[in-house]
Amino acid sequence: MEFGASARDIDGTGAKGARPTIMRMREIDKTFNGGVVALRRMSVEVREGDFISLLGPSGCGKSTALRLIAGLMPPTLGRIEWEGEASANDIGVVFQEPTLMPWATVEKNVYLPFRLRGESFASVRDRIHEALALVGLESFAKSYPRELSGGMKMRVSIARAMVTGPRLILMDEPFAALDEMTRQKLNDDLLALKARTGATVIFVTHSVFESVFLSDRILVMAARPGRVIEEIGVEEPYPRGLGWRTSKRYGEVARLTSDTLNSSLHPEGGLVA
Amino acid sequence: MTITETSQTASDFPERGSGPLFDADEERRARRRRIEEIAKYVIPLAVMSLAVWGWDRLVVWNEIEPYILPRPGLVIATLVEDWGTLSQSLLVTLQITGLALAVAVIGGVGLAVLFSLSRFAEMSFSPFAVILQVTPIVSIAPLIFIYVENRLIGLLLCAWIVAFFPILANTALGLKSADHNLRDLFTIYRANRVQRLIYLQLPSSLPFFLSGLKIAGGLALIGAVVAEYVAGTGGIGSGLAFRILEAGYRLQIPRMFAALLLIAATGVIIYATTSLIAHLALRKWHESALKRE
Repeated sequence: MEFGASARDIDGTGAKGARPTIMRMREIDKTFNGGVVALRRMSVEVREGDFISLLGPSGCGKSTALRLIAGLMPPTLGRIEWEGEASANDIGVVFQEPTLMPWATVEKNVYLPFRLRGESFASVRDRIHEALALVGLESFAKSYPRELSGGMKMRVSIARAMVTGPRLILMDEPFAALDEMTRQKLNDDLLALKARTGATVIFVTHSVFESVFLSDRILVMAARPGRVIEEIGVEEPYPRGLGWRTSKRYGEVARLTSDTLNSSLHPEGGLVA
Repeated sequence: MTITETSQTASDFPERGSGPLFDADEERRARRRRIEEIAKYVIPLAVMSLAVWGWDRLVVWNEIEPYILPRPGLVIATLVEDWGTLSQSLLVTLQITGLALAVAVIGGVGLAVLFSLSRFAEMSFSPFAVILQVTPIVSIAPLIFIYVENRLIGLLLCAWIVAFFPILANTALGLKSADHNLRDLFTIYRANRVQRLIYLQLPSSLPFFLSGLKIAGGLALIGAVVAEYVAGTGGIGSGLAFRILEAGYRLQIPRMFAALLLIAATGVIIYATTSLIAHLALRKWHESALKRE
């Protein structure tokens, strides 16, 4: 297994102090030019092996948080600190759209992160094919993106994000544009991938069920101004079996998460009469 | 439409009825497709032949003299008879057009890349590009031939001025049109300017460049012909446009038509070639080259 994290402690229930911190967001504020407060006083500590979901309604700043972590824009206030060998260029990203280069084959798309580091294709061919095998697309290495379905394109995008074995993978509502069946299948696969590679993931979503199903920590966010209102621990170790989606614990956490989200959407206590 | 009718229609075409569900509607559509497939070639040919035949009859019935309007047959005969001179001229025109197009590609793409790398370069030079483009070449050409001694370079310059703008404009637009998420991805992976250009912007701009190339191919020919008209003067290396002028002065109207025919054919061939290049370059991935199912 090339995906470096495999040797790390991926046990979600392990003592939190045992896993090293990768990145800290300290009191991050982001205000846009028009004076809109996209994010207020957001502090998060990401440890190796975490699968963190940012859950909230549109406009709560969850995508902004991801763009800040990715280094695509600077915070207005506060700091993002990377620990040890990790840095902002050791991350993989999956966007809401597959974001593939239509002129390049699947394997050349997955090659991109290596190519931009100046590594030759021959030297990383095995790692590329390994990543494609991991998402079940090895036989499509020579295909062009247009020959693939929406779900398959998303898998290529995931393979590209994982291929270098990054310390942190950012996912911005990756399955939001897919149909429910494909989405559920990809959620299953992502969970299996997480268990196999021990990857550290920050996952943006507006689906309560997706966040509970996948992650071990859920940050529930509220809008206007965008902020974190609650952190919910899922406390279910990886690998999570097939029964997880229908288990009692899953239902409990989903209910708790829904309630928290509701209270942020309707702070006066229910719909206005 | 009843079920019995449906199955009967299907059985009329056993070779196409291999699928179990093959109804009359589907059959009708298939037949229409086949007819369209044939008509695509037959109709333009038929109409063209009719037009040529009409031209021929017009001349015969009105007893028009060949020095006013020659019959189509005479044009072809002149083309064959004067092939020695005309083919030499065709080569000259082709040479100028081809060279001008090549220089237009280099200049157009080069300037577009420069513009995309430097906003200041774009601010400084784009007014010149626009002025050159909007000023009719016929009005610039006489000046060019006053200042440029070498006739070939003068002709090239004229053809280039007309041809390079669509390539510049299209490529510049294409370089700016890369998918914004891909641009973010390149930023996250710390791509440098050159990597961004080679792996993202140039491939993104390829469809734009190729549609510019299609326009520029035709314009290069126009530029070459117009420049020849203005440059006049015979001697060695006279192109098709000069042959038309020369034949006009001598009232050799069939020869004018023969030369015109060659110019038109050249234009069609240039367009077909650039279209083929575009198709070959894009067929694997671009929307424009895909057949809808």
